[in-house]
Amino acid sequence: MYAFTFHQPTTVRQAANLLAKNPEAKLLAGGHSLIPVMKQRLASPSAIVDLSKVEGISGVEMKGRSLVIGAMTRHADVANSVVAKEAMPGLAAVPGSIGDPQVRNMGTIGGSVANNDPNADYPAACLGLGATIVTNKRKIAADDFFTGMFSTALEDGEIIVKIQFPVAKKAAYEKFKHPASGFALVGVFVSKRASDIRVAVTGAGSNGVFRVKSFEEALKKRFAAKSLEGMSIPATGMNSDIHASAEYRAHLVGVMARRAVAKATA
Amino acid sequence: MAAVSMTVNGKAVTGNVDPRTLLVQFLRENLRLTGTHVGCDTSQCGACVVHINGVAVKSCTILALQLEGANVLTIEGLAAPGAPLHPMQEAFRENHGLQCGFCTPGMIMSSLDIVRRKGNNLDEHTIREELDGNICRCTGYHNIVKAVAAGAKAMAKS
Repeated sequence: MYAFTFHQPTTVRQAANLLAKNPEAKLLAGGHSLIPVMKQRLASPSAIVDLSKVEGISGVEMKGRSLVIGAMTRHADVANSVVAKEAMPGLAAVPGSIGDPQVRNMGTIGGSVANNDPNADYPAACLGLGATIVTNKRKIAADDFFTGMFSTALEDGEIIVKIQFPVAKKAAYEKFKHPASGFALVGVFVSKRASDIRVAVTGAGSNGVFRVKSFEEALKKRFAAKSLEGMSIPATGMNSDIHASAEYRAHLVGVMARRAVAKATA
Repeated sequence: MAAVSMTVNGKAVTGNVDPRTLLVQFLRENLRLTGTHVGCDTSQCGACVVHINGVAVKSCTILALQLEGANVLTIEGLAAPGAPLHPMQEAFRENHGLQCGFCTPGMIMSSLDIVRRKGNNLDEHTIREELDGNICRCTGYHNIVKAVAAGAKAMAKS
């Protein structure tokens, strides 16, 4: 790790001021992506602004028809939240599939979403539910938020405060886990909320999380796994590495989407 | 350098550390509590698991400065020197839940977290699932799983 200065603000405003004063600063949420890349010297922030002592940005609650999750809510706390499990079991199941128990005790939803790792699970849930990412400055629709691998619409000095998920009647996530890392080789989140049907894919695309419009159109006729029978997506734009070829990933998108719809309609 | 203070195994400790210092370095090098091990240093293997405010965390992936005011429990805090072992430690000894022993402190700290979350009656499947974040490179899992089940039961009695 390269040297940095360490700051521990207690309010979002203090954190924003620290970011403004230190242009090369990085926010530290759960730290389970940032600290490993700092060890590898792939990231070398001049300052670390630790959000763990900031008040009022963690917790799970229902607000109107939305499930609202504070940015610093740990994966384990979402997975165990009675409110989340009652409102949307399909969403509450997502954090339980991340990493291992110790990682889930530290990792946060805000950190995962801000990092936008192309294999992360929460971006698929956000895009697959049409979530709204609320920052200290504005509200950003998930459709506009994820702008490519490890990149988002967040501007300098912008801090995610919470994420609002509209409650969908039917929602589920299916993930083909990499057996060693636990990351999604391919993960598909599907949801149906009135006429809004969404299919979001993580792990597969070389440009990060994306929606599959052809699947969404097919599911509009009937929201059932059968509607996707025989469907897949082109292999162009899919990741290809030692773990899986682009063609295999494209094939898995169809398989995982059918399983997710089956789970959501079970 | 920056000052940090926390409670480790029930004792108030302070340190003056480089902000880069990981919790596991602070424990091992500043406090000389070398029971917490560094295996992979990439948050995979779990040899460095300690409890922070009662919850199992990989101490290689958290900065010491993040722990200001926190309550940390390491393997050394489970039983006083000379006193009887903690029931989970005793179960690992009884069941020979180790080969080289390098992963054992992390295994035990994680096992206590499993008991906290899942209770004292643990089936084999649950134990294996929940030990996802701990790796034994001797592959001595069979006896580790037996030890965790026995230790969990013994904790209910003690």
